[in-house]
Amino acid sequence: MEIGDNPKNKYSIIVPTYNERLNIALIVYLIFKHLRDVDFEVIVVDDGSPDGTQEIVKQLQKVYGEERILLRPRSKKLGLGTAYIHGLKHATGNFVVIMDADLSHHPKYLPSFIKKQSETGASIVTGTRYVKGGGVHGWTLMRKLTSRGANVLAQTLLWPGVSDLTGSFRLYRKSVLEDVISSCVSKGYVFQMEMIVRASRKGYHIEEVPITFVDRVYGTSKLGGSEIVEYLKGLVYLLFTT
Amino acid sequence: MKHIVKIITLLVTISALWIGLLQAAILPRSYTWLPPIYFIVSLGCYGLLMVGVGLMQFPTCPQEALLLQQDIVEAKEFLKQRNVDVGDSE
Repeated sequence: MEIGDNPKNKYSIIVPTYNERLNIALIVYLIFKHLRDVDFEVIVVDDGSPDGTQEIVKQLQKVYGEERILLRPRSKKLGLGTAYIHGLKHATGNFVVIMDADLSHHPKYLPSFIKKQSETGASIVTGTRYVKGGGVHGWTLMRKLTSRGANVLAQTLLWPGVSDLTGSFRLYRKSVLEDVISSCVSKGYVFQMEMIVRASRKGYHIEEVPITFVDRVYGTSKLGGSEIVEYLKGLVYLLFTT
Repeated sequence: MKHIVKIITLLVTISALWIGLLQAAILPRSYTWLPPIYFIVSLGCYGLLMVGVGLMQFPTCPQEALLLQQDIVEAKEFLKQRNVDVGDSE
């Protein structure tokens, strides 16, 4: 539908937060730095952070404007999937970008997502860490081993057609995100895998761009010990339902 | 078609081929169990090989961490001037 650099395209960047008062400020600055000639809005979905994340977002609104930074908070932690649905309700763009607030996703890659989409007309552009030009930083050997093992297992069993299933830095056509998200029930980062596998099964055009992933600088990592079990359960669930 | 059905179809096809070979007596009786064992072993080898290769070629980006630090300094500078609270206390 959209051809080339259509000036009518608007991008809604949904950033779910929980206790990210410093990171949200940094990420908003970097988004505005790297998206100069693009129509976009940032939608912060904050799950009632006790650290004052919302105060910082209000300060940012004074700098960048309330129509560019939308604060759409929720009262308590309600999970990632519903955070996207919540943000999506308030999105006015025809494209939606979802990214993490912890700076592991750098906004400097946003232009390459947009460029890839307009070049290929894809419905989804997903960031991948596992190709040339991509990469990770700050992972231990164990984390790399787990990640590779999980990836080989998923590639062998699911044939998803994308190289990075659990990455969550993605650009969606808004109607496609609305369609896919309504059929996803998983939580955590199995949710990311479910989104891309379902989209792939529905036959949507998916393209990839390399991204780098620097493990979170500020705050503590939210990875838990039961992740592997959850992942395997998610894999089996997807085998039977997609 | 659910994905599990595709995989089961694939496995059934392979089994049928194997039974066919047995029935046609192309395969000597003493080798009956060799094909499935080979199949499972080669699947395991494939998995280990892929993990091994993936681990060796795992792309890393130490320079990105440095660039990010510079970006953070720059962002803090800018935001401080505009009265956004970017103190280090979390």
